[in-house]
Amino acid sequence: MALDFSLSADQEAIANTFGAFFARESPVDVVREAEPLGHSPELWAKLRSLEAPGMAAPDQAGGAGASLGTLVVVAEALGEAIAPVPLIEHWVASRACPAPEIVSGEQVAAIALRPANVDGTWRLVPGGAVADVVVGVDRGELVAVHSPPPMAAPSNHGSAPLADRSAREGERVVLGEASELDPLLDLWRVLTAAALVGIAERAMCMGVDYVLERHQFGRPIGSFQAIQHGLADLPALVDGGRFLAHKAAWAFDERLVDGAGVIDMGEGNVTEFAPLAAMAMLHAADAAAVSTDRSLHYHGGYGFSLEYDIQLYFRRARGWANIGGDPSGERRRLADLLWGPAEALAGR
Amino acid sequence: MDFRLTDRHEALRTEIRACIDAHIDEEVIARAHHTGTNHCVELAKALGDAGLLAQAMPGEGQDPMAMWMLSSEAEKAGAPFDSVGMALVIAGVLNAAGTKAQNQRVTAALLAGEEFVCFGLTEPDGGSDLPAISTRAVLDGDEWVINGSKMWTTMAQVSDWVFLLTRTDADAGRYGGFTVFIIPMDTPGISVDPIHTMSTERSNVTFYDDVRVGDEWVVGEANEGWRVVSIMFGFERGIANTGALTPLLSRFHQWAGHTGVIADLVHREHMAQVAIDAQVAELLTQRTAWTAAIGEPSGTQGSIAKVFATEAYQRHARWAQAAAGPEGLLSLGEPGAAADGWIDHDVRHCVPQTFQGGTTEINRNNIAERHLGLPRSR
Repeated sequence: MALDFSLSADQEAIANTFGAFFARESPVDVVREAEPLGHSPELWAKLRSLEAPGMAAPDQAGGAGASLGTLVVVAEALGEAIAPVPLIEHWVASRACPAPEIVSGEQVAAIALRPANVDGTWRLVPGGAVADVVVGVDRGELVAVHSPPPMAAPSNHGSAPLADRSAREGERVVLGEASELDPLLDLWRVLTAAALVGIAERAMCMGVDYVLERHQFGRPIGSFQAIQHGLADLPALVDGGRFLAHKAAWAFDERLVDGAGVIDMGEGNVTEFAPLAAMAMLHAADAAAVSTDRSLHYHGGYGFSLEYDIQLYFRRARGWANIGGDPSGERRRLADLLWGPAEALAGR
Repeated sequence: MDFRLTDRHEALRTEIRACIDAHIDEEVIARAHHTGTNHCVELAKALGDAGLLAQAMPGEGQDPMAMWMLSSEAEKAGAPFDSVGMALVIAGVLNAAGTKAQNQRVTAALLAGEEFVCFGLTEPDGGSDLPAISTRAVLDGDEWVINGSKMWTTMAQVSDWVFLLTRTDADAGRYGGFTVFIIPMDTPGISVDPIHTMSTERSNVTFYDDVRVGDEWVVGEANEGWRVVSIMFGFERGIANTGALTPLLSRFHQWAGHTGVIADLVHREHMAQVAIDAQVAELLTQRTAWTAAIGEPSGTQGSIAKVFATEAYQRHARWAQAAAGPEGLLSLGEPGAAADGWIDHDVRHCVPQTFQGGTTEINRNNIAERHLGLPRSR
């Protein structure tokens, strides 16, 4: 094996299939129709016909057992289309709870990213507004709780199907220990990173298209250096985000987990999955925020009018990124992974 | 995608590292800082003897990963490497466009690590607008007579050769009428004046007064010089000099461990951000090298990597200095200096990085026009 920045033939095929699927079945009017809930049952049904909901589940459970390298390709295509389906959350939940009705997508599953509070409530679960099953931690256990979804979300920045869900009301199945949530969160980080890369990529292209078309002072505004240079910073952020998401996926698929990979900061060499997953998420969130911000800005006043599509991307760039928690806290968590916990060092 | 280096590359890295470790110590580094000349003959010779320079030379059929590794290992070690990096680029240009005699005489010596070369490109009135240069070469019988001056001819004081861009036909259009020479520095009429800088390096202005050279020192064809310097720009960008964040972070971490700052949550958060940007810079650089290795044009990818890496280096070096407080102001060799003075070094060293090899703005033009497809703005 050797360094290779191209997609494999399989990844190319998947990218083409899902790129075409989302372009055809999730054009921007589908995204708009799904607001404010942020979920399209019709689009979910079409994904089922591709057997997409079962891609991440192990093959023993009837899933496709797809590699993370495959899933990130689909997640990026989903992000490019800002497709209103909780496919990423469903995939992650299906790894812990590969019941047949989840693998088939008949039931939608979601993952609670934070443990339930003292009242037994999982706050603002991504996909929680529409999920029949929520997987998460409560009272020191990883559990799956089946209960009817509210099918409504509080109005939110990213038009995401968020909802509070009970960890105790409904049919509750214990899946394992609380610590088993951690690897699921890392999968969620990598896949959400890939979706944010898709947002960043698409927003960059929308900005380029617009500044070529919009004329002021008798020229396309894209011929002005001030605008060119703002856009010229974006490919590094987008490509860097894509490579980090793929590197994290590669580490996972190569089983460089739980200390099997390298963390050598003196050499700048990191091949261990967990820190790569954290890096991918943090960088992709920044890339999507900057890309949508610049692109919206170069649309001028049109950019923030609801009629224009760039605001849909701008809001999701922030909305999807913040669901996982405060980036400052995530950076400190990354520091703990790279250099050991702060508390252990404080007394030295 | 695959992110593992081959066993051959891992072995190559080990060999490069051993060679650097054997010839670089505090004294060598202190000497480079004291003189401002990032040059170490012993290291260059050892890399040459081991055949590592020949492997790292850029060009068709060469392995761009070798150049990246050599540069990144030198950066990690803080080794004075600039003269070797320049020699590799010119060796690659001569290999691609030079005559057999030039390669036998010059390229071989550069790759042996025995001779060195400086770049005579920029002039007082021709920097980013390189075609505006006015150094002239005029044929007089069978000799060229060169008159003019060049700015930023770094390493001229230790160079055996100058790679010189001249105007030979003022009426041949913006990119026509240039001729490149490779000229011995001891040719009569060449003089060198130092330019001392706030960064860690000394540069020079060089003067050419009726310098007479034969046709055998023309690189490529007369009046076809723009093609020759274009080859050079393709070699220069986004593969070397993009790896400074890793040693910066490592030295800051070491200092933070000694002082207890390592437990400060605000600093930890920023350290994590530096680690992310270091990964991104490395991935973008590796992608540039990989693209060149599969024989595809890597020009805009080099610009993308270079702008990201050098801008991030400035941001984070300045953060590190602020975070280290007054001790972060103390220079190499000063007692009590944060990270032995490397932080002050980095804040100085990061300054020219955003214009050496093309300014950030010129590279952004390149990305805007050739990667994003926006109209030419000039």
